[in-house]
Order: sequence, then C-alpha cells, then structure tokens
Amino acid sequence: MIENIALTEAVYYILLSLTEPLHGYGIMQNISSLSGGRVNMAAGTLYGALTTMLEKGWIKAVDGDNNSRKKEYQITSAGKAVLEKELIRLNELVNNGEKILGGIK
Amino acid sequence: MRYTVHKVFLPWNFEKEEQWLNEMSAKGLELVSIGWCKYIFEDGSKNEYKYRIELLENLPSHAESITYIRFLEDMGIEHIGSFFRWVYLRKKTQDGDFDLYSDIDSKIKHYRRISIFVGVLGLANAAPAITNGINYFNNDFMRNYPIFILNAVVAVVLIAGYFILLKKIIRLKKDKQLYE
Repeated sequence: MIENIALTEAVYYILLSLTEPLHGYGIMQNISSLSGGRVNMAAGTLYGALTTMLEKGWIKAVDGDNNSRKKEYQITSAGKAVLEKELIRLNELVNNGEKILGGIK
Repeated sequence: MRYTVHKVFLPWNFEKEEQWLNEMSAKGLELVSIGWCKYIFEDGSKNEYKYRIELLENLPSHAESITYIRFLEDMGIEHIGSFFRWVYLRKKTQDGDFDLYSDIDSKIKHYRRISIFVGVLGLANAAPAITNGINYFNNDFMRNYPIFILNAVVAVVLIAGYFILLKKIIRLKKDKQLYE
C-alpha cells in the first residue's frame, strides 16, 4: 500500500467529521459547515468513500440511537493516525506556500 | 392525471435523459414509474424534484444495492424505480442541489461501470453477427438473415457507445492529473 499519498478532500473531511459518531446526512452537513459551504459532498461519493474506509478500518459503524435506523460511523485509531499524518503534510504545503508567496493577500 | 411517454435514450446519454426528466419536472410533470422505454408521469408542482439516474453494480434487489438505496433515502433521496441495474432517483428541489458524485474519481467509476455494461452488450451482439457472417461467406444458406442484420447494427451502435464513454473517461483522467 502506498502510505505517503495525499488523502482526497472528501476523505480528509469525512475523517475529521467522524471524531463524533455521525450518520451520512450528518457528515454531509458537517462538511458543508466546516468548509463554509465550499465542499458539498454528493451522496454516491460519500457512500463510496465510507465503504472503502470501513474496509480499510479507518472508520467503524456504531449503533445509533434506538429511535433511528440510520447507521452511524466513527473514526478508529487507525483513521486518526492517517488524519494526523495528513495534517503534517498539509502543514508543509501551507508553510511552503506562505514562505514563497508571502502569505494570502 | 397520469401520462405515459415512450422514449428511447441510449445508455451513454443518461445525462440527457436526466436533463429531459428535469425539463418535464419544470413543466410540472413528475416521474413516478419507469419501464422499458416507458416513462410514467404525474401532475405535480413545477420543479418540485431534481432527477438523477445511476447504474448500480448489482441489481436493485441485491443486498448491497438495498443498503445503498437505504443510505440514499436517509439523505432525502427517493428511489422511484429501476430498470435492470439502472435506478431512477429524485430529491426535493427545496432540499438543495442533487448530485450523486462530487469528485472526479467517483464520476470515472460510474462511467467505467456504464462502459463495461455497454461493451459487454456490444460483444454479446457482435459474436452471433460474426458467426453468421462467416457462415454467409462459406456459402451456407442464411436463414437468419434479419437477425444477422439486427445483431450487426446493435453491435456497431453499442461499440460506438463504448468508445464515446471511453472518451469521457479519458477526459476526466486528464483533469485528474491536475485536480481532485
């Protein structure tokens, strides 16, 4: 497996959203609000990413409220490790960008 | 009132089909049921829904498809009906934009699924057409002449469709070298 590859924006934001258990619609709303409405995840893309991350063990399905039949997801420690590694990479990108361009005007 | 419309869309033009369904909705006609080249509409308020069509990996009755369709329903997306592996979906316009795929990767995956679907159908028609063609050149009496023509025409159309989809995939892959 390639370990040093960048996460997609979708995967990064899904993992960030799942520090608390959330169902699909909640993830979509959370990503939209985190990004100030910039990132709007479509249902099919979200489902595909969740399925792959479940297989990889980055997230797990948890039992939601008894009233709700909606499946909830939560990040695992493996997922957190991936996220932290990505944060280091993103910091490097931002730092270099700011150093060379002199920050955002 | 219910209205039945017969119309043919080729699988690689599914986006045109979506656009047509949305135009019908703009006129106040909402899709309620689907069949073989058959669309059933009912009166509704104008632009009440946005429509999308998707080719699933499995038949809609398959466990994985059921899980996916339930996931969509939890997101406020309604499953109107299916035709073979194609599902017809809609979402209330007031609930915001309706896309199924929001990144290049998942779009490519969907196009690829459709291209395989079209390609396999194309080959399934090409095989008997070729066999019949060989028989013809071997001066075998051609009893199935109309079927041969039908197979050959369908095969050519489907294989052309396969290449149309392939072109779309290649264009998206080029974008992917620069964007997500």
